[in-house]
Amino acid sequence: MLAAVSHSSPSFPLLTALVVLPGLGALVVALLPRRRPELVRLTAVLFSSAVGALTLWLLAAFETGEGGFQFVSLHPWVEDLGISWHLGVDGISLLLVVLTGILFPIAMLGAAPHHDPKPYYAWLLVLEAGCLGVFLALDLFVFFVFFEIVLVPMYFLIGGWGHGNRVYAALKFFLFTMFGSALMLVGILSLVILSAKASGGPLTFDLVELATSQSVATVTARWIFLAFAIAFAIKTPLFPVHTWLPDAHTEAPTAGSVILAGVMLKLGTYGFLRFGLYLFPEATVYFAPLLLTLGTIGILYAAVVATMQKDLKRLVAYSSVAHLGFIVLGTFALTQQGLTGGVLQMVNHGLSTGALFLLVGFIYERRHTREISELKGLQTAAPVLAAFFTVTMFASIGLPGLNGFVGEFLILTGSFLTARWWTVAAALGVILAALYLLWAYQRVFHGPTDDANRDMGDLKGWESLVMVPLVALIVFLGVYPKPALDRIDPAVTELIDHVEEFTDYREPTVATAGAAVGAELIAANPPEEHGAHGDGDPHGEEGE
Amino acid sequence: MLDYVWVIPALPLAGFLVLLFGGQRLKEPWPGVIGAVTVSGSFLVTLAVFIDLRGMPAEERTVVDVLYTWLPVGGLHVDVATLADPLSISMCMFVTGIAALIHVYSIGYMHGDPKFGRFFVYLNLFVFSMLVLVLGNSLLLTFVGWEGVGLCSYFLISFWFTEEANAVAGKKAFVTNRIGDFGFMLAIFLTFLTVGSLAYEEVLPAAGSMATSTVTAIAALLFIGAIGKSAQIPLYVWLPDAMAGPTPVSALIHAATMVTAGVYLMIRINPLLAVSADWLPTTIAWIGVATALLAATIAVAQNDIKKVLAYSTVSQLGFMFVAIGSGAYVAAAFHMITHAFFKGLMFLAAGSVIHGMHEEQDMRKMGGLRRYMPVTFLTFLVGWLAIAGIPPFAGFWSKDEILLFAWQEHGVALWVVGLVAALLTALYMSRLMFLTFFGEPRWGAAALEGSSETAAEGHGGDDGEDPAEAVHGEPHLDADFRPHESPPTMTVPLVLLAVFSAGAGIFNLPFSANFKFLESWIEPVVETAEAHITVSGAEQFVLAAISVVFAAVGIFLAYRTYLAHKIDASLFERDILARAWHIDEGYAAFVSGPGTWLFDALVFVDTRIVDGAVNGVATVVRGGSLGLRRLQSGYVRNYALWLAVGAVLVLAWFLTKAGI
Repeated sequence: MLAAVSHSSPSFPLLTALVVLPGLGALVVALLPRRRPELVRLTAVLFSSAVGALTLWLLAAFETGEGGFQFVSLHPWVEDLGISWHLGVDGISLLLVVLTGILFPIAMLGAAPHHDPKPYYAWLLVLEAGCLGVFLALDLFVFFVFFEIVLVPMYFLIGGWGHGNRVYAALKFFLFTMFGSALMLVGILSLVILSAKASGGPLTFDLVELATSQSVATVTARWIFLAFAIAFAIKTPLFPVHTWLPDAHTEAPTAGSVILAGVMLKLGTYGFLRFGLYLFPEATVYFAPLLLTLGTIGILYAAVVATMQKDLKRLVAYSSVAHLGFIVLGTFALTQQGLTGGVLQMVNHGLSTGALFLLVGFIYERRHTREISELKGLQTAAPVLAAFFTVTMFASIGLPGLNGFVGEFLILTGSFLTARWWTVAAALGVILAALYLLWAYQRVFHGPTDDANRDMGDLKGWESLVMVPLVALIVFLGVYPKPALDRIDPAVTELIDHVEEFTDYREPTVATAGAAVGAELIAANPPEEHGAHGDGDPHGEEGE
Repeated sequence: MLDYVWVIPALPLAGFLVLLFGGQRLKEPWPGVIGAVTVSGSFLVTLAVFIDLRGMPAEERTVVDVLYTWLPVGGLHVDVATLADPLSISMCMFVTGIAALIHVYSIGYMHGDPKFGRFFVYLNLFVFSMLVLVLGNSLLLTFVGWEGVGLCSYFLISFWFTEEANAVAGKKAFVTNRIGDFGFMLAIFLTFLTVGSLAYEEVLPAAGSMATSTVTAIAALLFIGAIGKSAQIPLYVWLPDAMAGPTPVSALIHAATMVTAGVYLMIRINPLLAVSADWLPTTIAWIGVATALLAATIAVAQNDIKKVLAYSTVSQLGFMFVAIGSGAYVAAAFHMITHAFFKGLMFLAAGSVIHGMHEEQDMRKMGGLRRYMPVTFLTFLVGWLAIAGIPPFAGFWSKDEILLFAWQEHGVALWVVGLVAALLTALYMSRLMFLTFFGEPRWGAAALEGSSETAAEGHGGDDGEDPAEAVHGEPHLDADFRPHESPPTMTVPLVLLAVFSAGAGIFNLPFSANFKFLESWIEPVVETAEAHITVSGAEQFVLAAISVVFAAVGIFLAYRTYLAHKIDASLFERDILARAWHIDEGYAAFVSGPGTWLFDALVFVDTRIVDGAVNGVATVVRGGSLGLRRLQSGYVRNYALWLAVGAVLVLAWFLTKAGI
């Protein structure tokens, strides 16, 4: 098996290559002649495909069933400050890395820029390097650098290739996230310095060392956690700091929206896991009710707002806020099912919302409008497009058999164990999701076709081809999610053990023991012999 | 054959996949043939499994077959597995049997439709989902099938989606069902929290060990799911609208199979219901009987032949829930099966009528069809007598048993309401029968002579019709139009279903234990919970006689009104009934009124307050910076001034500090 490839000391620095290769690609693209747009496109796609291939190799070589970091790459960088080039991958980041590897070539193939392809593709490749860097970094300094780097290309992508209100959207996106990052930088520095002070050791930015030493005082750690949490909340985004997202998503070019929704939002939720739960277990438990509440509000609030949107792309953007709310709910429920479901849902959301943005992009290319009221009867005009949209939409609604259900179900099952009433409220979001998506579908795709929409043209061959891998994964992860879950589960177990080690929090037994709980229950209260209810005891008088 | 239970759902799944990816290349009738063959294959496999299961000792008739592990996360472990037991296999038999017949029928019915192939894609997917629902070994797999059938229902209701109304009906069905699904999902979570498993073989035995409040909550939440799927008060509103779909769909999904899923679920979890607090079964029975009555009153005043049947289905489902609430699970299953036969039959016969009348669904424009469509007429006749509760047709036996249990378990009040609903059932169904097949033709030449005559015949009840329906009297059929009998692909299924509608009572005759085949067969599944008849034989006979008398009165009233014309039809056809007590309109008004206002208010909050705060901060910062920028004037004298002011202030501060 490929899994036999050694993961402790890899002969080939796979993770470093993953970060460097797209960066190198950006450089190559930048050096190509401006007059050869097709060469630029080809080069960019080739580089991102190569990265995609590397991530698949990583997936194949990854040791399933291990909870710790694999393919670790650790090289001292700035030794005086304790900064090192420390990369590693575990079950939590693995699938996100693969998702990034798959989505970038798809986004590039699925949507071409209308002008200046050279900087467009170069920025996309820089963005890919940054995203992979965030998912792989195990050093706070390296993490922060990548976390910041991704802002720059996205700012230019929205501002340069976006739609009408792009400058406002780009600036809002940049300032909003920048504000969070600034707080996080303060957080990182204080954590590093205070840790060194408390332990008496040298400065270190190493995530694993900081997480395992837990030397900062409890109250201080809570404040530092808040600094991190605000940054991640903005990135995720959580209510009420979500308002940059609808603008950014709507105004961004198609590829930008796909990456923004598919990959970049996960930087926030992933951040919560890796730099929230892992780095600040006590503060996480302390603030969990707050974050659960914000996540749940986000689910319902964004779903309601999505329902009333008049712009199809904006509707999908708000649906993202609702979906990410589910992920936050699962994360801060602090149970095996909630966390595993949350990680899987990050991937699921990337696939389904990424696909939805691509499809909305295809519609926009043809109709030059995203106004729901302008679109009508598209299922007659473009049946293939409608078919892809249907599958993706139902994945987003959380229909069993498609990937969205698996994630949502695991999240809610897990969160019900520790956060019952939040879960009850959040489950209402499932009704709303059906409402806003089906209503939009009905208005856009059903009904009679009018003249403006009749000749829009169905998907071209290559456009369908781009959709196929996404839809295939949507179905596969819905029908047979076990391969994904088997990889995520051990890492989540370790993470929860880590939280329990440093706090009084104890995961409910049922989350890990499962059916044994039922057996114990029966052993403790053996069922009596029951006759039929109400035997000879009419209750006719009682009302309903 | 017990190792091959998985083949039962696998065949329609294969049919679905073949039709989905290769269907476009197939010419009519091949997609229909593939669909019918795969479903018939399922039926035969089910039969083989049934025979094997019968060959086993009664207490061993529960066979779980794990196909693969679906969700393994920590303590949660959900397999994709089949559960073959008397209940699921009985359900499978009538689902696959009726589905096979309806597939054959659809080949004739959908003839010439441009989306002929696509129809069978959805229909096969539906059968697959339904079988997952029935055969799944856990609450979660049942839920998977549950959502799957809902999805197919959505696709098939909005099948002719270029009509706006069909698209709206499809969405309404899905969203309304989702409200019920909310309850189902919470039940699943609560079950996992309590038992740590979702598999029936682990959850149901634990019923007696759980706290009463917990087990009641789980059962009540599952009942909320059933309310949605099986169209009970208050979520029944989607089912009448679902008639927008092609008629075979109405027969298969919205009468015979999918809508009974809620009843099936309640039977499946009978050990939980048995140990629930008493208020729950009482509530279930009352919701059931209230739904039965409400829908029957509405059915009396409908003019669309499919709408009558739709409300009738809602009403009959109500009877099944009366059985559930009375602990009469066998009776519920019995009525579910007989209803599937006679209601499936009547929908298909109605489809045949609509087909023969060139897409006319308004009964006021029918009449006298018995001469032109003899097979359809005779088969419908059987269905009519069955649902009206005339012995020895199937519906009599099953409905009578339910009323008996209602009497015994809940007393006279509930029983009387049920009887009134039964009377109305006989009335509206006879009305349908007489308006459609008897009397003088009101189509073709008769209609062209002018609508005044039609009204004079007293069929109309036109008073207070809404203007949209005023098209009455403008026939779209020529004077020389003659309704035609449907092709054999349609009539053969009708005949087969008629045979079962007439004779299905034989499955469970009340005379002695030897005749109660269904009861002894299902017994192992429901033994801990099933209520047993305690009233005397004489009392049973009297009760049955009363219910037959009520049915006869219903038929007689319809006869006096619609054939003898001695009673004015407006006595029953009240405007408020035609408009379904304004309940649906009430919901619509709520959604478009306060509902929309609330949603709009939140959008306002989002753009003006939440985002407004963001933009506000930006404006303040911008304004502040603009102000501060003026300080950087570049004039040294200004800087000197500020220096001086600063120095004075610092000095003042020191002085006051020192002064104190």
